[in-house]
Parts: sequence; structure tokens; C-alpha cells
Amino acid sequence: MRLFAAHTFVRQSVFIVVSLVCLAAFPMLAKAIDIQEVTSPGGIKAWLVEAHEIPLVAMNFAFNGGTINDAQGKDGTGNFLTGMMDEGAGDMDGQAFRDLRDKLSISISFSAASENFYGSLYTLSKNRDAAFSLLTKAVTAPRFESEPLDRMRKYYLQQAADLLKDPGTIASLAWTDAAFPNHPYSRRSSGTIDTLGIISADDLRQFHKTVFTRNKLKIAVVGDIDAKTLGLELDRVFGLLPDTPVPDVVPVVDVKTGLALKVIDYDSPQSIVIFGGKGTPPAEKQDYPAYILSEIVGGGASFSRLTQEVREKRGLTYGTSFSLNNFNKAGYSFGYLATANETAAEAIKVTKEVLQEMADKGPTPGEMTLAKTYITGSYAMRFTSNSAIASTLLAQQINDYPINQTNIRNDKVNAVTIEQVRDQAKKLLQADQLNIVVIGKPVGLGK
Amino acid sequence: MIKRSLTLIFTICLAVLSQTILVASAQALDIKSTEFTLANGLHVILIEDHRAPVVTHTIWYRVGAADEQVGKSGLAHFLEHLLFKGTPKYPEGMFDRLLDQNGGEKNAFTQRDATAYYERVAAGKLPLMMELEADRMQNLQLNADSVKTELKVVQEERRQRTDSSPGALLGEHMAASLYLAHPYGRPVIGWNDDVARLTLDDALAFYKQHYTPANATVVIVGDVTPQVARDLADKFYAPLKNTFTPQPRHRTVEPPPLVERRVTLHDARVATPSISRSYSTPSYITAAPKEADALSLLSVIIGDSAQGRLYKKLVLEKKIATSAGAGYSGTQLDNGEFSIYASPADGVDMASLEAEIDVIIADVISQGVTAKELSDAKDRAQADAIYGLDQRSSFGGIIGLAATMGLSPDEVLAHIDILPTVTLEEVQKAAAYLDIRRAVTGLLLPEKNKKQ
Repeated sequence: MRLFAAHTFVRQSVFIVVSLVCLAAFPMLAKAIDIQEVTSPGGIKAWLVEAHEIPLVAMNFAFNGGTINDAQGKDGTGNFLTGMMDEGAGDMDGQAFRDLRDKLSISISFSAASENFYGSLYTLSKNRDAAFSLLTKAVTAPRFESEPLDRMRKYYLQQAADLLKDPGTIASLAWTDAAFPNHPYSRRSSGTIDTLGIISADDLRQFHKTVFTRNKLKIAVVGDIDAKTLGLELDRVFGLLPDTPVPDVVPVVDVKTGLALKVIDYDSPQSIVIFGGKGTPPAEKQDYPAYILSEIVGGGASFSRLTQEVREKRGLTYGTSFSLNNFNKAGYSFGYLATANETAAEAIKVTKEVLQEMADKGPTPGEMTLAKTYITGSYAMRFTSNSAIASTLLAQQINDYPINQTNIRNDKVNAVTIEQVRDQAKKLLQADQLNIVVIGKPVGLGK
Repeated sequence: MIKRSLTLIFTICLAVLSQTILVASAQALDIKSTEFTLANGLHVILIEDHRAPVVTHTIWYRVGAADEQVGKSGLAHFLEHLLFKGTPKYPEGMFDRLLDQNGGEKNAFTQRDATAYYERVAAGKLPLMMELEADRMQNLQLNADSVKTELKVVQEERRQRTDSSPGALLGEHMAASLYLAHPYGRPVIGWNDDVARLTLDDALAFYKQHYTPANATVVIVGDVTPQVARDLADKFYAPLKNTFTPQPRHRTVEPPPLVERRVTLHDARVATPSISRSYSTPSYITAAPKEADALSLLSVIIGDSAQGRLYKKLVLEKKIATSAGAGYSGTQLDNGEFSIYASPADGVDMASLEAEIDVIIADVISQGVTAKELSDAKDRAQADAIYGLDQRSSFGGIIGLAATMGLSPDEVLAHIDILPTVTLEEVQKAAAYLDIRRAVTGLLLPEKNKKQ
């Protein structure tokens, strides 16, 4: 059987570990995060942080494809696949797989985003062997049998029906349709009633074959495991996967802008507003000025201008946010706000004024200092548990940051100048380029 | 996102408290905890975690929504929002600014029995966090404009979390039906009419009645030693004087449950119908020995998302549901709740689904559970205890909530040793609480006369 053949892959115990150990502590931490780049005998790479105080292992990984790789007319395939991963694999049917997984309290889960297909494993050290064995089956040989397929299809059809009535989803999709018309980025990643009805086992198999490859696979492991043992496990789980690149199905695109106002009627006491437009070009997705700009305008800290103006000063909302984001082939901005129907018009007006003011004048020196202090100071919070560290290190790999990112990131933030942020603001935050979608019964806003 | 958050964290804690840390041997988990009480009655608990130079500081006040007067629902939560609005030493905005300048995360939440405020910062900033919390415990200074604006924010919060959510609205009706007399029947966010009429004077009066050192527990989780914790507590909290003596809290005792209750909501925003049911049970505080532990294991056996009886029978075997589960909420002062829920498969009517749920419950009551089910549930809880070590600030949350109910960390950790000793008989005995006369059943349905 294929699964046993995986073990023959590991012929030697000698293997290459390129150990890029990050010893220089970043400014505010007394202890450094020691990240090793492990390369397995079979050539699979992972970032590893050994942490032996607690007997558990956290592994997060991502394949280089996602819901944009759904076949034409088969929207929702990748999402459907996530629900099939514990419904039978290798020599185990679904019940047997779940029984062993749950008996040993192993956590194996998957999720599908637009351009990445994520997996994670969380296990106690004492069950590590069984956990990696189960994961190998799930990753290499999902079964797609007809009873679970039928059952999960019904589950996803219900989910699609629920999303059709969810106002936040309706508004977000309307915004995406305006921003990326007739483009893979506006596909229905959860599927539609029509597409979910026809996705077959072969469609799932094809998606699995296309996306589950070793090419550009990113892996982060934190916990009670050493580099040598990890190398062997990496080959076990991923060694049999093909090395073919996931097809690049998306042309570079500029977000379409200027949909001044779209109102969707929906019977609710509140209106939800989705607003957004231009972002940084994909080649600049590590743009630190844009990141600082995001935080100042609509991030999670108290100094966020939108929070100050819309919530704190005027009491118009319980929550608003705005950020600059990137797909692999497009940059865009995306903002959110919920408010009573009666105050929707005012909240939108204030929001546009905040963005325009930033576009015209840029941030104040005080804001720059505060934002940098907050951003650099709060960085350590991402490293407070094994699972959080694994998640952070995976994100860094997906964003093509170097392995010493934890050392250099705060310096890069501090090096940003006010002029750089001002330039980005002028380019990206003009209020008249925003696409604005409102759902609810907003008073005074015509359709 | 900054939210002065109204998380009903006990629903998270319930899963955690009932399953996460309550098995395996407490010593084997190697949790270093220290506690001490200052002369003014402030209670301090330290849980060490030296893996990263970060600390989470949480102050828990022994006051929640269930301590409000009739006609002033939502006041405990409103005051929680207002705690951020300034003191003479740190005027409005300064608290937030200082946290930002120190790279800190912050938030707060109000529950039925407790209100908590937390900050997460580099360990070296702990003195500043203590100074800020000590200051706003006693020196809150409110102005009419910011109170007025923040009231609007609270109304927006209710609109977003409750009034725009048919499921949340149904939940309010279920709570009101489950508790005729006891204040758990009121929503923590408050009724719209009460909230609209809350004033600055209301907030200050509530503040003075409930916020004092002897009514608080500070929980510190992170890279701090016991000596440092004690020195800092002596410096910042010990000088505070009590402005009143906290009294034992008494809420109207709920009369013994007598009637089967049912509430039904039809709403155009609902696509997939669902049924949920809450049974009134003892809590960890009111239960007889091992009763709450038995209820917690029962909730896993009946309601686990893959191995539970509800999922296996309704979703896998009979295929009349697309999802089904259960949970036990035991971390409340006066009463606990055991809840079950399910969504029907397309074409299945709610009455049939409910009838099958009743068969499953009746079977557990009359036959109990199997030895394998009990043993598997205990194993899972044991493993969760170790996972809980990785998420140590969540563990701190359980300790803090328990402290507001008079439980010490040792008493919480003792449940780790109790859970493996729960017997089949004890589980079956606990199942007797799943009596329909102790419950409210809620149906969430699409608009009437519309095809689903």
C-alpha cells in the first residue's frame, strides 16, 4: 500500500539541517526565538521552534493553492474538501479515523482560503506517532466515499442557504463583485446552491491532486520535537506528494474603484457598510508604510482615526475597521462599519472625511510615534503560546519574509518615514475612489 | 478591534472548566500558582509562565448583571464601558494612550456574576498596569458628554449583537423563560428601555456600591515571580482603603421548576431552522459533591461534535440532522445550565427531530452511559488539561472567574483529581436533571408560510 511505501523514503538517518538560529533578541524581549530551518532527507522544508517544557507539538502548514483553484462552475470545491478530510482516508473509514483521532485527543483541521489551503495538527507528545500517521492518511489518501459525500453536501448546502441570508456576507460579496468583476477573486469560495449540488468525488480528487503538492508548501512546527525527528515526520506526511507547481490561474489585476454607493435593502435595525478600494501593488505586499497607515486609519488600537471619530467621539458604532490588504495578484483596501439605520448616512460621511483628511495631510508626527511604539511593542504578543508561534511563523513564510523576520521586523517598522506614509495615503485613500456597499434600511440613502 | 466586550465568557469557560483542566493529576500539570490577600481584602493570584516575557493582568470584580436592580438592567455593563473614561490623574483617553504606547492589548467584559478588566503587556510594564487599575478602581471621574456618547455605543452594541440576530433574540426569550424570578433571566446588555434611561448618577452609584479592594481579585499570568507580584501589589493596591464592606450576594432564588416551556421565533432572516433546549441544573457552586463534574462529563458524552450520542445518532445514523451538540455551563454562582441543540436535515420536520432527541435523552436517563463512553470522555478531558497549559492565560481566566465565586485555585485544580473518579452511577444520577419540566425549548424558524 502506498502508505507503507512512504516509510521506504526515509533511507538514511543523516539529513540536512540548515540551522539559521536567530539569536539576536529583538529589542524588547529578553529571550530570543530560536528558529531552525529544517530540511528533511526528502527535501521538505519547515521552520521549527523546539519547546520542550510542555509535552505537545503544534504544526501549521499551507499548500500554495486555494479556492481560486476550484474548477470552472464548481465553486466551493476546496471548501467542500475541508469537510471531507476526516471522513475516511487510507485504510480507515471515517468512523475509524475519527475514533482514533478523538481517543488520542489529536486535533487535525483544515481550512480553505482564496490562495492557500491550510492544515494544522495539535497533539500531545505521547501520541505524536499516531498523530502524524493519521495526518499522512488524510493528506495523501482521502477516500471521498459516497455516504459521507452525500452527508457533507447537505451540510454545505445548508451553509450556503444561511450565507444567502447573512447581511454581512451579502454586502461583502457585492463589494467584491464591484471590485473584481469577472475575476477569480470574486468567485463564491463557499459555493452556491447550484455548484454544491454538482460537485463530485472526482472534482474533489482533482482539486486534491492539483493543490496538495510539495511545491511551495510552507510548514511551521513548534513544540516538543527535535529537528531530526521532524525531518522523518515531514517525509512521512508530505514525501509522497508530487512536486508540481499549483497552476497560476490568476492574472494580475487592478481593483476596480468608484462605485460611490450601492444600497441593498434588508430588513434589520442596523445597516452594515462595506467600504474599500485601492491597495498597494502585489509586488509591494510587504510594504511597511502601508501597514502603519492601516493601523493609524483603522486598526485595532485606540488611536485608530476611524474608531476615534466614529465610535469614541460620536457614538455611531460599536465597531469599525479598515485595512490595506493583498491577494497575490491584487492589492485592495477593505473597511467595515455597522450602525443604526438612522445614522448610516452620517457614519458614511464621517468615514469618508476621515479617509480624505488622511489622503490630504497624512498622519501627524505624534501619530507616527504612537503607531510605531504600539506596533513594535505589541509584536511580542504573537509569541506567547506554541500554537500562536506556529501560526505566526507560517504567516511569515506565506508572505515570503526571511527566516530572521522576527529579528528585523521592528527595525523595518521604525525605519518608516512620515513622508512615505503620507505618499501612500495620498495614493490610496482618496474618498471618491471607494466602492461603498450598504445593506439594511439606511435612512436618507437612495438606492 | 477594541471592544468593551460583553463576551459571555462563561460559555467558553464552561467548555474549558468542565473539560480542559479538570482531569489528570494537578501536580503532573506543574502549574506554579501563588496567592495572597492584602490587609484591605484584595486577593491576588499569580500563575507563572516564563516562556515569553509577557504578562496578562486581570482584575475581577464580584459584581455582574445579576446584581442590578430591577429597572436598571445593563448598568453593570454600561459601567464597564465607563471605567475607561478617565480619572483626575489619567483623564479620558490617557488610559488607552498609555496602553498603546506600551504595546499592550486591553479589553473588558461583563457577565452575570462578574466584571473583569484585563491588559496584556511586556512583563516589565506590570507596575503601570497595576497603577492604572488601582487608580480607576476608586477615582473614576465622569462627564456628561462622554457618558451620553458611550450610551449610544452601548445601544449600537445591543443592536449589532442582539437585535440584528434572530438567534440572539431567541436566546433572550429562552433565558427569560428559564428564570421566572432569578435575575439570570435578564440580558447582560440590558433591555432597550432600561438602557436608554441609564444616567451618569446611576453609573457612579453602582460604582461606589461594588468597586472596592475587598470586592476584587487580581489574577496575573505570565513572566513574573511571586516576590515581584507581592512587592508590586504592596506598592499599588495595599494603600487602597475600602469604601464599603462587601456583603454576601443574595439573588431571588428561582422557584423549583414545574412547567415545560417552549418559545418559537419565526424570522425572515433565518434560513436553516434549529432547535435548542436549556435545562436548569446545579452549578459548580450549588452542586452536591461530584454532581457538576458528572454533568460536565455527561455533556461530552451526549454532545461531543464527533463522538457524542446526538451527533452519532441524529447526523450519522438517522441522517435527520446536519449538526447536533450539547454543553454544560456550570461556572455560575446560583444555577447551571445544560443545553442541547440541533439543526434538521432538509425536509425533516422539527417535531420529528425533537422526538428523536427526546428518545436519546430518555435512554441516558433510564440506562445511563457505557463504561467506554465515560472512560473516553475522561481521557479527552485529561488531554485538554495539557493543551490548557499552552493557552495559559485562558487558564487564568477560569481561576479568576472561580475566585469571584469564592473558589481558590487549589479548589479549581482539585477537580482535576475528582473527574477521573466519577462513576457510571453518578453520571446516570446527574442525567435526571434532563427533565423536560426543568427546561425551555427554543425553535428558530424561517418566516411562516414560506418554503424553506
